[in-house]
Amino acid sequence: MKITLYIWRQSGPNDEGKFVRYDVEKVSPHWSFLELLDVLNNQLIEKGEEPVAFEHDCREGICGSCGFMINGVAHGRQYAPEGRTTVCQLHMFRFKDGDELYLEPFRAKAFPVLKDLMVDRSAFDKIIEAGGYITVHAGNAPDGNTILIQKDIANEAMNAAECIGCGACVASCKNASAMLFVSAKISHLGLLPQGQPERKRRAQRMIAKMDELGFGNCTNQYECEAVCPKGIRKDFIGRMNRDFLFSVNTETESKDFVGAI
Amino acid sequence: MSLDGKVPTGPIEQKWSKHRFELKLVNPANKRKYDIIVVGTGLAGASAAATLGGLGYNVKVFTFHDTPRRAHSIAAQGGINAAKNYQGDGDSIFRLFYDTIKGGDFRSREANVYRLAEVSVNIIDQAVAQGVPFAREYGGYLANRSFGGAQVSRTFYARGQTGQQLLLGAYQALMQQVDAGNVKLYPRHEMLDVVIVNGHARGIITRDLVSGKITKHSAHAVVLATGGYSNVYFWSTNAKNCNVTATYRAYKRGAYFANPCFTQTHPTCIPASGDYQSKLTLMSESLRNDGRVWVPKKIGDKRHPNEIPEEERDYYLERKYPSFGNLVPRDIASRAAKYVCDEGRGVGPGEKPYAVYLDFKDAIQRLGKEKIAERYGNLFEMYQKITNENPYEVPMRIYPAPHYTMGGLWVDYNLMSNIPGLFVIGEANFSDHGANRLGASALMQGLADGYFILPYTIGGYLATVSWDKVSSDLPEFNDAAKEVEKHIKRLLSVNGSKSPDYFHMELGRLMLDKVGMSRNRQGLEEALKKIPEIRERFWKEVRVSGNGESINQTLEKAGRVADFLEFAELMAYDALHREESCGGHFREEYQTPDGEAVRNDEKFAYVAAWEYTGVGNTPILHKEELKFEVVKPSIRSYK
Repeated sequence: MKITLYIWRQSGPNDEGKFVRYDVEKVSPHWSFLELLDVLNNQLIEKGEEPVAFEHDCREGICGSCGFMINGVAHGRQYAPEGRTTVCQLHMFRFKDGDELYLEPFRAKAFPVLKDLMVDRSAFDKIIEAGGYITVHAGNAPDGNTILIQKDIANEAMNAAECIGCGACVASCKNASAMLFVSAKISHLGLLPQGQPERKRRAQRMIAKMDELGFGNCTNQYECEAVCPKGIRKDFIGRMNRDFLFSVNTETESKDFVGAI
Repeated sequence: MSLDGKVPTGPIEQKWSKHRFELKLVNPANKRKYDIIVVGTGLAGASAAATLGGLGYNVKVFTFHDTPRRAHSIAAQGGINAAKNYQGDGDSIFRLFYDTIKGGDFRSREANVYRLAEVSVNIIDQAVAQGVPFAREYGGYLANRSFGGAQVSRTFYARGQTGQQLLLGAYQALMQQVDAGNVKLYPRHEMLDVVIVNGHARGIITRDLVSGKITKHSAHAVVLATGGYSNVYFWSTNAKNCNVTATYRAYKRGAYFANPCFTQTHPTCIPASGDYQSKLTLMSESLRNDGRVWVPKKIGDKRHPNEIPEEERDYYLERKYPSFGNLVPRDIASRAAKYVCDEGRGVGPGEKPYAVYLDFKDAIQRLGKEKIAERYGNLFEMYQKITNENPYEVPMRIYPAPHYTMGGLWVDYNLMSNIPGLFVIGEANFSDHGANRLGASALMQGLADGYFILPYTIGGYLATVSWDKVSSDLPEFNDAAKEVEKHIKRLLSVNGSKSPDYFHMELGRLMLDKVGMSRNRQGLEEALKKIPEIRERFWKEVRVSGNGESINQTLEKAGRVADFLEFAELMAYDALHREESCGGHFREEYQTPDGEAVRNDEKFAYVAAWEYTGVGNTPILHKEELKFEVVKPSIRSYK
């Protein structure tokens, strides 16, 4: 089949950027979406043109590298009726001959465009750095079975921990909110007994960092949940808000956060 | 020349604790005076950098990814082994050690493997403390499952995303150290050379993948944790960016490359779908716990799998290996799949398809769909996304694909290469898996090295060198940086007409065919003739568009392919010289009448460590004799 792509080309963060049309012929339904771009890129290289820059690595939907908008929706989620897809896991059998698709990068103030479809998502690392961990030095951990965790709690922690940090939630939110991402980490660690000692501090610090980096607030439209490749649920945002409110009323660090409530 | 692995003396159970005591210590107040460079942020690199930072060293950590959380360790699905014996099924440190030695076909270093089994129990504790949400029983205790090559349940797992969760644990520990100021993180930086000063590794040269800037970084020690090289086959289960560049360039600087021919083909991958495919997808080996592998008895049976009655199916693994059945180790399962497909009994589309069935029908009948979904749900989902077939209703089709590389830079018991100050950990080194890696052991090794071994042994080295800062303005640094720049300019100036992928695919096809799952002298000699030809054409015909001063993914790719094109030759040399079959290295000339590997302990019970002598020249072989003091090498039987 033939697919027409309008791809956002932007040579650097300060370049203006524009859509450029490319036609890819003889597209096989077995290709993944990224393979479509590989084929296009190899053609461009051979013609002496610059290939399209895009992030990718595992191509199994787990590393979180890939991701851009296809016809306005992150990861082309609208082409995966069963939900939960990354763009590397979207295959061409979902599309039909003659489809015209617009590809553009995730857009958010905190995710500046680096080139074409690549954005800088290091803001997520800064949020994790602010408290998305449990402090434990290698070598002083107790036996794993001395910490009992109810099966459904462990499962729920895993549901939150599955977040791959792709940034689709941010790109889909009109406020470019990182709340789904942050709430996933806060919930993962906050659900577990090991995460309790730092729970309040974690909520405060991660949320403050998220605000500082320019991510917006939740609009309760849940686009983030709709496009999340790992099915991270909006409920975690409620959990995060609870942890935050609880922490500002009880934790000494709270004085910095009065204005945030 | 024979190499000294520096294995401590004494009984195997006491070697590590004795060695730890004997290692010199760095006083806590002096640790911050030492700079350590860690390259790679997978399980090994992230855990090492986090732990070293926690100890108080000055750590610089580099990754070519945009964030450390993307490393390919994240894709490991099935689990991590540990000799906890939580199930009371007869497991022990000794049994894990024994299984790993035997699984590796007696080509690994005993003392390393014992130590790996020994610290495996601490890894689980560490991960649990970090909040890794391992699967739990109803009583709240940790759950386990079994894996290929073992008859006990010692594998800890977090759904089908164990690598992801362990990596996130290490990544979070790393980011905490970044926050604490002990670790400086350099994302989107690719290491392009190691700098040797007076015979010691003292730094690296990197390229900033965003600005294109070449930078020099000095330190008192360099740790490579840069993973494996099975992307030399182009079609492998590795993430697209996995490459050999860091370890290969260290090899070019004098580090020995050990056992490069030991590549594992993983039996449970989704078969290639046709005309163009960029990589192959692995399905966790844990699927073989409940899935049954079969092909039709009749050659060329094209019926729908659900229409083939029981008596016309050949559950060949259960038939040939009754005591391990579908859980035989990966090399055995992979070759068995190849044999039935070579016979023409492969399944799927096409004239002579290369795929076998992995069938969950019985397991679904026995346990119910829900239980199966709980155990393998995300894998089933992944399979369906890629193939557009529902594995709950139609058996999966699987076929082996190049996966993990057991070879790597040679290291001694301290995980230090033959270049003092250059440490190599995780998949990038050669040491623990011998000729074949058992399932759920890669995560174990990466974390063992990073959390529990390197932090001790690197201290032992640092305590012997001065803490005076190493200047990155030394001529060695400047020369190395110039060479890197020259190499980049050369790539940019070929100006041919073919993409780097074009050559990578051509190399991959040749490697799969001649240096793949099964090799013979003739094929290897042919490969040794053809690889330099492809390489020569690459340097005349490749086209790298753009420039070196900004983001240029084609340039990154071209540099990696150029290294694969040299490294492939080394793999073929190693495979050619090893006139025996063991683990992932199957030489067709050395097999029993029923196709089992025939090892030659008299001639080949050694590690083959190769020394670089120039592009296209025959490398020099150094040997480290392997002594088996505890487990007597025996014929590896899983019948």
